[in-house]
Amino acid sequence: MSAANNAPAATPPGINVEEKLFQNRYRVDPGRSHIRIKDPVACDGCAPKPCVVCCPAGAWRLEEGKVDLVVDGCLECGSCRIVCDRDNVDWNYPRGGFGILFKFG
Amino acid sequence: MSEKFDVIVVGAGPSGNAAAYTLARAGLSVLQLERGESPGTKNVQGAILYAHALEKIIPDFRDHAPLERHVVEQRMWLMDEAQACSGMTYRDEQFAQPPHYRYTIVRARFDRWFSEQVREAGATVINETTVTGLLKDKNGKVVGVQTERDGGEIRADAVILADGVNSLVAQRAGLREDIRAEHAALAVKEMLFLPRETIEQRFGIGEEQGVVIEIAGRITHGMVGTGFLYTNHDSLAIGIGCMLSDLRRQQLSPYQLLEGLKRHPSIRPLIEGAEMKEYAAHVIPEGGYKALPRLYGDGWMIVGDSAGFVNAVHREGSNLAMTSGRLAAETLIALKTRDKPFTASNLSAYKAALDGSFVMKDLKKYAEVPSFLHGNPHMLGTYPSLLNTAAREMLMVDGTDKRTKQRRIFAEVREKRSLLGLVGDSYRFWRAFK
Repeated sequence: MSAANNAPAATPPGINVEEKLFQNRYRVDPGRSHIRIKDPVACDGCAPKPCVVCCPAGAWRLEEGKVDLVVDGCLECGSCRIVCDRDNVDWNYPRGGFGILFKFG
Repeated sequence: MSEKFDVIVVGAGPSGNAAAYTLARAGLSVLQLERGESPGTKNVQGAILYAHALEKIIPDFRDHAPLERHVVEQRMWLMDEAQACSGMTYRDEQFAQPPHYRYTIVRARFDRWFSEQVREAGATVINETTVTGLLKDKNGKVVGVQTERDGGEIRADAVILADGVNSLVAQRAGLREDIRAEHAALAVKEMLFLPRETIEQRFGIGEEQGVVIEIAGRITHGMVGTGFLYTNHDSLAIGIGCMLSDLRRQQLSPYQLLEGLKRHPSIRPLIEGAEMKEYAAHVIPEGGYKALPRLYGDGWMIVGDSAGFVNAVHREGSNLAMTSGRLAAETLIALKTRDKPFTASNLSAYKAALDGSFVMKDLKKYAEVPSFLHGNPHMLGTYPSLLNTAAREMLMVDGTDKRTKQRRIFAEVREKRSLLGLVGDSYRFWRAFK
């Protein structure tokens, strides 16, 4: 499949990532997002949107063609920062004690 | 904090705990900082524990560490996307005899235990504290860390960076580059719970015995990656990982791959009826020897995943992590004993110790493998699927004579790969793995 220039596919039917995340334990830090898009305009010019494709938590989504980021279910893997070839992801760890708290890991 | 420490260890995973424990046991003053609520809550692994690395640090760990099952059987499966699976099983009665050399573990439990040992050895462990940067003096020597807390500067004679694969601290201090997508595998994993007896029946194992299944083939859609299924006491860990550069190119999401694995007819009956209690993801540094950053400098050393110490070919990481943490600690202990400063030239002993250990020897042995696999997608896609085709032909006894079946197999091989391609692949395979 050579889809580098196509828009990413939506979540395939039958897989509900939110349902998976519902099993996890989080301590959300309200009003503080540990990941930020540096320049939203740069995302508009990015066709493959690898952040949306690769994020294992579905935190990066397409809303009416625009990239939308909701970090509440973030698994803190770092993939979005690593796959962004425009270096447009300002990625930090949440404040100590916040974010994902793995029960088993 | 006005107190100054001999050493600050950033992170409480296997490498950080190995370092902090070794240092504290030798009487050095150690501060370990962990961003999780408690050690383990930010850490993800399959997880297999190799006894040799921990034995060198805590010889009697088997008596008190929270271990799941000792592994008596390894299955290596080649799976296509949806139907077929061929494989090999290695079971050894010797593996069932103590002392066992390999265990399944649940990292959140194991890391909490390891951290208790670190505290008992005398280190100060502070949780819920994210290190945001390194303090340097005017000559560039690392002299401590900056935390997010108010007045959060803490000083030490040396800092050991054990902050994991993303290693933001090292990056921001300009000590290493960010990991590249070609060197990073993203793995996703679910914890599936079943009664203990059900697991033992389904996998044909006795109490306390475990099975490891490592999976390759078209199940990763031709991308560089592998899957796994491990047996714990009353849970199964199932996961799959691929290089981020491949996922990006093929526009496949990691949970799509995991779903494909869970639905495969060879896996489905093993996990049927299980209750999923956690979904995790983690990046694994698989760039190998050629992607290693600088490992030490004035007042600092880098260990474990932060340094990229993973043997992707043999699926080993935590044993390299613990060994590198121990060697970093032993380097500092030896210098401290002789009253020598933690300068870059003195800390080069850490690199020498790594070079003399299996950590560097194994990474060097497979130095060419990452680029080989990137350049030769046939290895993980075409060949496994051809093997399954051959097995299907030969096992489906339908009245067709065997020579005709053999011709069909060779025709399919030739269709998928030219003769020259086959020869070239074998040569490159030998070069990369020899």
